[in-house]
Amino acid sequence: MSPFKATLNYLTGQLRQIGLFIALIALVVFFQVATGGITLKPINVSNLVIQNSYILILAVGMVMVIIAGHIDLSVGSVVAFIGAMSGVMITQWHIPWFVTIVLCLILGALVGMFQGFWIAYFEIPSFIVTLAGMLLFRGLTQITLQNQQISPFPDSFRALGSGFLPDLGGGTSVLEPLTVIIGIVAAVALVAQGIRQRVARKKYEVEDEPLTWFVLKLAFTVGLILLVAYLLAGYRGTPIVLVVLGILAVGYSAVMANTVWGRHIYALGGNANAAALSGVKTKRVSFQLFINMGVLAALAGLVFTAQLNLANPKAGDGFELDAIAAVFVGGAAITGGIGTISGAIIGGLIIGILNNGMSILGVGTEYQQLIKGLVLLAAVAFDVFNKRRAASSTK
Amino acid sequence: MSETILEMRNITKTFPGVKALQDVSLEVQRGHVHAICGENGAGKSTLMKVLSGVYPAGTFEGEILFEGRPVAFKNINDSEAAGIVIIHQELALSPYLSIAENIFLGNEQQANGWIDWNRTNLEAGKLLDRVGLHDNPITKIMDIGVGKQQLVEIAKALSKEVKLLILDEPTAALNDEDSAHLLDLLKQLQAQGITSIIISHKLNEIKAIADEVTIIRDGKPIETLDMVADDVSEDRIIKGMVGRELGNRYPSHEPKIGDELLRIEDWTVYHPLDRSREVVKHANLMVREGEIVGIAGLMGAGRTELAMSIFGQTYGHNITGRIFKRGVEIKTNTVSAAIDNGIAYATEDRKRYGLNLIEDITRNISAASLQKLAARGWVDSNKERRVAEGYRKSMNIKSPTVAALAGKLSGGNQQKVVLSKWMYSNPDVLILDEPTRGIDVGAKYEIYGIINQLADEGKGVIVISSELPELLGICDRIYTLSEGRITADVPRSEATAEHLMKFMTKERELDHR
Repeated sequence: MSPFKATLNYLTGQLRQIGLFIALIALVVFFQVATGGITLKPINVSNLVIQNSYILILAVGMVMVIIAGHIDLSVGSVVAFIGAMSGVMITQWHIPWFVTIVLCLILGALVGMFQGFWIAYFEIPSFIVTLAGMLLFRGLTQITLQNQQISPFPDSFRALGSGFLPDLGGGTSVLEPLTVIIGIVAAVALVAQGIRQRVARKKYEVEDEPLTWFVLKLAFTVGLILLVAYLLAGYRGTPIVLVVLGILAVGYSAVMANTVWGRHIYALGGNANAAALSGVKTKRVSFQLFINMGVLAALAGLVFTAQLNLANPKAGDGFELDAIAAVFVGGAAITGGIGTISGAIIGGLIIGILNNGMSILGVGTEYQQLIKGLVLLAAVAFDVFNKRRAASSTK
Repeated sequence: MSETILEMRNITKTFPGVKALQDVSLEVQRGHVHAICGENGAGKSTLMKVLSGVYPAGTFEGEILFEGRPVAFKNINDSEAAGIVIIHQELALSPYLSIAENIFLGNEQQANGWIDWNRTNLEAGKLLDRVGLHDNPITKIMDIGVGKQQLVEIAKALSKEVKLLILDEPTAALNDEDSAHLLDLLKQLQAQGITSIIISHKLNEIKAIADEVTIIRDGKPIETLDMVADDVSEDRIIKGMVGRELGNRYPSHEPKIGDELLRIEDWTVYHPLDRSREVVKHANLMVREGEIVGIAGLMGAGRTELAMSIFGQTYGHNITGRIFKRGVEIKTNTVSAAIDNGIAYATEDRKRYGLNLIEDITRNISAASLQKLAARGWVDSNKERRVAEGYRKSMNIKSPTVAALAGKLSGGNQQKVVLSKWMYSNPDVLILDEPTRGIDVGAKYEIYGIINQLADEGKGVIVISSELPELLGICDRIYTLSEGRITADVPRSEATAEHLMKFMTKERELDHR
């Protein structure tokens, strides 16, 4: 096979991922032109990251739940519940903000345990348990807040949602130095990791992706990181939630790809019977996944509350649907076994950019809903089409 | 008096790569009970699916004459309209609907789209009388036993004015009393002029009710015997079912048998849902190092149930008995405990229980042994790939790369992936459940070679198979299983198909033991 043909073959195998990237870039370019350059203004990029952070955090947990063949409809209500609890803890019980954060994450784990118990050990479908959870935790939120809002929160707590890493330039430099450094370090780390893995694969004689594609992909990702760093440095620097999100994305990607636990999640979703007969403790894995989701939903709740500076009984309404949509736009399968953390994050970004761009353009919320619905449908239809094509080509 | 109601002429049905039926002809007389016999996979069910239109006209060669006229059924509705009704082994009843609703499902007693419940229940009651079932027609299917459900299926067939009733293994799931009742019913229906074709493994039943028996083997018709005139014995039928040339379809193997490796004592398993039913009854078995032991049994004998109850109690309820490995008692209550104790079980149903079809070969092979590839929970995926690549070469898995999805491989290659998975878990005892089901002849030979090689490495191999020639070809010793009971332990030197079949169909003689 000629190198060109080999590359082409490889790329058709990766069509879904490439399509996702292209869709993201196309959207950015489109809105950049349509909004007359507002989309990529430093302040807008900064807002984009901050305003989508909690959905992306939820999407990370949700994609894992969905890969295992489950679903979680309760996360929006859990976000509200944790927000309410954090408000009560800080303003009424006067617990220090950092202790509050830890307590809220533990509370999220308990919420996950509660739901996970019914799903994993009682074998009630997750759809039903989390639908019940959605109502239950919404109710608990309203009881906790007695239908009042709690505001304001101390600045130190608010930093989690809308704060930035300290400005090393003291606010005088054109580009905030720390952000530039983080961007460069991240880019170098990415290149080093990519090359290291490729060398290891060569050493183990594992056949590999074509070199041209490897270089192209690496160059593109590095370019993207540097561009985002440059834009963020031009405003107020690195949002704290971006750091949190970065750690989650890198950490969970590694967990899903390289740990026994991650493999067990894919195995469970791909074929639960076969997984059980291979020694996977399927119930325990499901249980752990919901604890994990609970903790991440709690984190999203804290970020959201901190950002709005408000604990509100109606908070988080519909977040579960945004997170689920992000996961499916990102290429996960409803039947389980398929999906990636990076896919879910890109899916979430696509939806975030759509929201952001349409808002700038002054598109009404009714049309925003309509367009988001069509995007979700188109993404999944593309998946199904792809699968059929792949299936028919092997016959 | 006899008049031919059905004639199937030279039926040939081909699936990709397999000739399921080859030039099969069948003639059935009106008002008779006609039995069809053959080993599992001989083509009995395929023939009935051809007849009932499950495989539509045009997808097979040959012709079918029903009541003297050529027919070409496009689907089940066509054949039912003609008066041919098939009752499958797995009953097609909706558990949450009532008896009456099930009887008239798809044929509702209605006026202008509104169901006439009075007529539904009244007519259902009349049909139930005809089959001797005295339950209220509004009882839900889930609330009656399998035996009664079988009768409901027959009542449903009667509601369609059936002329030819086909029953596929009707008594496989029934107890003696229900079986006897069902056979009586068939005789009554016969008196009413209804013809039946019955597929059964239970030779005593065939002897009791059939007028003729047609024997099929490897998709070919062997003979049709007249049960009434010739007083055919059960042994005579067995001979027809199994008498085939073995040839050298099995690689030669010199066993090197060592010490006892695994012993199961007094193993009893109850059905997980029907908790009063014993599926495996006081089974004792043993396998030595380097020994290939077969388990022969007909469908429903409890072979898979026995294996899965041993392997991490993945089947069954209230399992009792003891397991010894090299003389030391072990517990295999969970799959991981079984794996840790060096037991592996390769399932009979690769697609549902063996493989993750949407993952690649690599991850399927590593699935049962990730801990071996991991340090502190992190999997070394390069090593994993290398392991998989090694098995791809040594097992001759036909795929250009180990990144190919398991779902896209042929049956033989899928089976090799399953075997690789278990070989990598490095077990001492492998239980292989139907290791060559749905695999072509060439790949079968390779699998036999692998089994021999495993035995030569000192492992104990237990092979469960429906194909007697396969067991005779590769096993050093064969247990026969009948209705959950081990009925014989036959060394290779004494094993013949007839001998085994006798113990596989042996039912109650040993009950007192």
